[in-house]
Amino acid sequence: MSGFVTVDGIPVPIEGEKNLLALIRKANIDIPTFCYHSHLSTYGACRLCLVEINGREIDASCVVPPKDGMSIKTSTPKIRSMRRMNLELILANHKQDCPVCERSESCKLRDLSAKMGIHEVRFKPTKAEKPKDEGSVSLVRDPNKCILCGDCVRYCSEIQAVGAIDFVYRGGEAEVSPAFGRSLGEVGCVNCGQCAAVCPTAAIVPRNDTGKVWADLDNPKKVVAAQIAPAVRVALGEHFGLSSNESELGKIGTALRMLGFDKVYDTAFGADLTVVEEANEFLERKKKGENLPIFTSCCPAWVKFAEHFFPDALPNLSTCKSPQSMMGALLHDQYDKEAEKEGKEFVVVSVMPCTAKKFEITRPELSINGKPLVSHVITTSELASMIQEAGIRFADLDPVSMDLPMGFASGAGIVFGNAGGVSEAVARYVAGAPGSGGSQVLNFIDEVPEGGIRTATLGNGDQKIRIVSVQGLANAKRVVKEITEGKREADIVEVMACPGGCIGGAGQPISYDPDIKYKRSQGLHRADTAKQLRTTQSNPFVDQYYREIIKGDPGCHKAHELLHTHYSYRKRIGDLRISLVSGNSKEKVAVKVCVGTNCFLKGSQEILGALTKKIDDDGISGIVSVTATFCKENCGKGPTVHVGSKVLSHATPESVLKELDLQLNKN
Amino acid sequence: MDGSNTAVAENLKTRTSDYNAARDRVKRRIVVCAGTGCIANGSLKVFEKLKNLSEEKGLSVTIRLEPCDKHPKDVLLTHSGCQGFCQVGPLLTIDPDGILYTHVKPEDVEEIVSETLIQNKTIDRLLYRDPSTNETRKGKSDITFYNRQQRFVLQSCGVVDPEDINEYISNGGYDAARKTIFDMTPEQVCEEMKASGLRGRGGAGFPTGRKWELALRQKENEKYIICNGDEGDPGAFMDRSVLEGNPHSVVEGMIIGSRATGAQTGYVYVRAEYPLAVTRIRRAVEDARKAGFLGKDIMGSGHNFDIRVMEGAGAFVCGEASAMVSSIMGNRGMPRPKPPRSAEKGLWEKPTIVNNVETLALVPRIISGGAAEFRKLGTAGSPGTKTFALTGHVANTGLIEVPFGTTLREIVFEIGGGVLDEKGNIDNSAFKAVQIGGPSGGCLTSEHLDIPMDFDSLGSIGAMIGSGGLVVMNNSTCMVQIAHFFMQFTQRESCGKCVPCREGTQQLLGLLNEIIAGNGTDQTLSLMEELCSNVADSSLCGLGKSAPSPVLSTLHQFREEYEAHVSHKVCPTGQCTSLVPITIDAVLCKGCTMCTRSCPVQAITGEKKMPHVIDAMKCIKCGACISTCKFNAIKRGQA
Repeated sequence: MSGFVTVDGIPVPIEGEKNLLALIRKANIDIPTFCYHSHLSTYGACRLCLVEINGREIDASCVVPPKDGMSIKTSTPKIRSMRRMNLELILANHKQDCPVCERSESCKLRDLSAKMGIHEVRFKPTKAEKPKDEGSVSLVRDPNKCILCGDCVRYCSEIQAVGAIDFVYRGGEAEVSPAFGRSLGEVGCVNCGQCAAVCPTAAIVPRNDTGKVWADLDNPKKVVAAQIAPAVRVALGEHFGLSSNESELGKIGTALRMLGFDKVYDTAFGADLTVVEEANEFLERKKKGENLPIFTSCCPAWVKFAEHFFPDALPNLSTCKSPQSMMGALLHDQYDKEAEKEGKEFVVVSVMPCTAKKFEITRPELSINGKPLVSHVITTSELASMIQEAGIRFADLDPVSMDLPMGFASGAGIVFGNAGGVSEAVARYVAGAPGSGGSQVLNFIDEVPEGGIRTATLGNGDQKIRIVSVQGLANAKRVVKEITEGKREADIVEVMACPGGCIGGAGQPISYDPDIKYKRSQGLHRADTAKQLRTTQSNPFVDQYYREIIKGDPGCHKAHELLHTHYSYRKRIGDLRISLVSGNSKEKVAVKVCVGTNCFLKGSQEILGALTKKIDDDGISGIVSVTATFCKENCGKGPTVHVGSKVLSHATPESVLKELDLQLNKN
Repeated sequence: MDGSNTAVAENLKTRTSDYNAARDRVKRRIVVCAGTGCIANGSLKVFEKLKNLSEEKGLSVTIRLEPCDKHPKDVLLTHSGCQGFCQVGPLLTIDPDGILYTHVKPEDVEEIVSETLIQNKTIDRLLYRDPSTNETRKGKSDITFYNRQQRFVLQSCGVVDPEDINEYISNGGYDAARKTIFDMTPEQVCEEMKASGLRGRGGAGFPTGRKWELALRQKENEKYIICNGDEGDPGAFMDRSVLEGNPHSVVEGMIIGSRATGAQTGYVYVRAEYPLAVTRIRRAVEDARKAGFLGKDIMGSGHNFDIRVMEGAGAFVCGEASAMVSSIMGNRGMPRPKPPRSAEKGLWEKPTIVNNVETLALVPRIISGGAAEFRKLGTAGSPGTKTFALTGHVANTGLIEVPFGTTLREIVFEIGGGVLDEKGNIDNSAFKAVQIGGPSGGCLTSEHLDIPMDFDSLGSIGAMIGSGGLVVMNNSTCMVQIAHFFMQFTQRESCGKCVPCREGTQQLLGLLNEIIAGNGTDQTLSLMEELCSNVADSSLCGLGKSAPSPVLSTLHQFREEYEAHVSHKVCPTGQCTSLVPITIDAVLCKGCTMCTRSCPVQAITGEKKMPHVIDAMKCIKCGACISTCKFNAIKRGQA
């Protein structure tokens, strides 16, 4: 469609815009909206972006495609009054604890209310207060602040392909909720936190753990070390009016020491180690020809996603711990004893751009003797709030350097914060000879990815390495599917759950600047190019680490102990069951019948009927228990029935009763 | 092709003559109404008992005509769908005697068998009694409720056995489908529909022929046709009655629709709260498939079309096309912004035609009788008939069908038998209003009694036919309460997607609550008006846009009633209990002064041992005085 649309009397050319809203913005008019995001499907629910079209109808500009000759008005008295009233309607049922709200500074509802000149809400609240969802270690949901714009729902399903939350109930009861009214912590949520990042209010926010960190800092019996993720250094300054395209690592170091941290390290050192371990793991797999392609494992949201949705792909995940957990492991390995000698406890706090890292540290496999490798994770924004609370003038601080050796990273470690960074770092490692300066190998960083997927090939012939870098989990799902179906070839697949990579993480400052991710990525790029040492192998401390601490080569036993982990299949929804026949102490066989939708449709109800009938007829209710369970996530082979320890797929009433008889007779 | 056409025509003819021959071998036909209303009142028990007792008395009874059974029968006993006059059900018709028995209970069966079936006598006490004259009426043709109607789409409803495809065929069924498939091109079918002037019966009245033609022009291989049976208006049961009473007409209508548009798959979307409708339409689809009218290569024509029946979970909003599409695809039933319309991108992004049940049921009759014949009914702009669910303060309630253009006066005072006053007596002067079109509609008053009921005339006065709910109200009805009733419904049934509908309807309900509780002010009314226009203008879908209609329309027609509530704190009909004055009976009052002390606003005055009085302007109607008074001297309402 070409031509012009007249916007408030000014002709504006149509240049491929899909809707009037985009066209109006081009004309330097900020049209208010909650539910429109260019990368999500149009929803048309908040009814704020209303415009008058051709002097007749009023419609939401986000849903109307521009047509040549259209004439629209964006600010008639009627439209202004409708917008104001719709905002008033939202405000009436929005919990207004603005001064103490987490999103006080960045709340879009507050911002628009001020901009629309609303000074009075003429309507009364009609809803009773609902409890908060505090069940997730990463995120907190407060339905009382939700304005039902659906941004989180669409992000979760469209960009991340997770679908952990959706709308439930109708009318005034409508709310966004995980399945069955459960907590986010009990469902397939991967903790990426993009729901919180896209939320215009504080209906979903990253869990605030600053209290725990303050407590440790104030405890004289604790030695507290901090590690700072690459992406934090280019975003923290945003809170203090600094530009995103500079690394502020030095200032952050100063601030952390002022806050009372005893040691300050750079997670990018862990990233350097990841490069070494993962590259060697890859080469090993390539030699053996097994478990290829290798999927990166730095992103905790991706790892949990794979555990939930692609259990078959788990052997392909690199067994490397994430840089954060590697750092945790080796810091404890190094400094626990030292602290113990002084009668103190050594703890590690991470500053991360990420909410999923908060979940990662709770994994039992990432702990030693029950103590997590990293005790607390705070986000970039949480650190900013601590700095503000302490009254530190961040912008004016002088930079200091990190503690060595784990405070020094190569440029390769730093670019981990960008999507494509892991690929770049590995490429440099593979391409560069030890000690070489190393220059950029892939041009991922500067490119805007087509559909969130970028590919590159290194070397040729037998030595050819095909790299795929993916951002967004829906894209990851697509790539996994294509690889499984043989439609895509790859040797190394880097997955970053958040678009843009860690710089776009949900722990970063909330920004309404559309270019913010680009600026942060440029910041990391500059930090990388400013380094003399840009490859992992050129980082002398990496070499030193393997020589003195590991006392072996990458992938050796000690390296494995400290730097590698394992994964396991995870159900998408926690245990949910209904007991139908409860056995007694003499119970011999426990039968569990899946009544998830798929199994139900394939006849699990009949199986339950046959079972309860048999138990009644034979009078064996004491020795057999029957439980209806929720989805066993084995839908393709449903109905799934567990009889004792045996799992029956494609179960029928006959096969279940037969197996039950068999086991009863055996016992 | 022609070979199959002839074969199909022959087959239909044979089935018809076989059925008719079998029917001729039957002496009497008894039809027990098995519409939801009559079933709820025990008609199925009547049916069972009739069958058993008749057999005991030596009568030969069959409950389904088997054309191959050549033995004569005394009685053909069948179910039917809704016969319309639910108010006096369970209903039972006996032919050829032309008897309609009303309020039939299992206890009456013995008498029916011995008196009517054996001795050919009519039982007077079971006949309908005209409420105005108290005379008995023998059959439907003698009853005003029936004989003032013109049953077209409902002609077979309540007469035929909805579960017998042979009976449907014997009445010319499936010949229209044959005709469109073999004798007409899709374009011709669309033309014929356009010529008939048929307009969608779901509410908006969009011309069906044009809708089909637009769909036919869509260049997609896959297209869908949906029969919208998600009837959700409170009090409306037209679609349910058609699905229960004549499901094959809907199936045939869909086959014709598929021929006209090129759709290969159809869905009947019925709410799960209509279990009988679901069962009957399922049965009809199955029987039609067995007979070769559905499935691959229909009637050997090469045309493929099959129907699936989909049960909805009962959300009102799923009656909206895009929400219904979403629901059928297994998603949450929420409307999406348009464009694109469902006709361009509906089910699985393919062109999807959505037609109402009644519309589809009309289609076979239009094809078989011809467009010109159809146009003889109704008005020029709204040809045909319309079914209404007539309820409220009228003598006769039930399902009715009249030609478009019939006046409200005829419907209420003739078919409805007149308005009932507060005490239940017929008193036409008690008429106050008719609520038409359910929660999306508005009120008609006595000044509208002579307006012809059709799409355009009603549209011109800001009302709508809607899906056909007609609630008659007498002068004891408080219009604020009516608005409140519908708003309660709409706010609960809003899908919760867009702000004006979700939040706005809740706030409208809140404002109405304030008015009813006596807390309304002039600002309440102006805020309510502003809010109504905001919800109407800025909501996403048609349901939201029409949600404020009951408020706007009552406010428009009965503003003085609202003002009485707000300014004088009085509910003229006395229905809003908070606004009923509290008064002291001077005879019973002993002047004990207890009440003056319990009144929180010092509204009661009086000297000791003298009757006290309440200052109505000060009184907040809390009722504290009522509970304190030991002499029952204080009560709500005028003394």
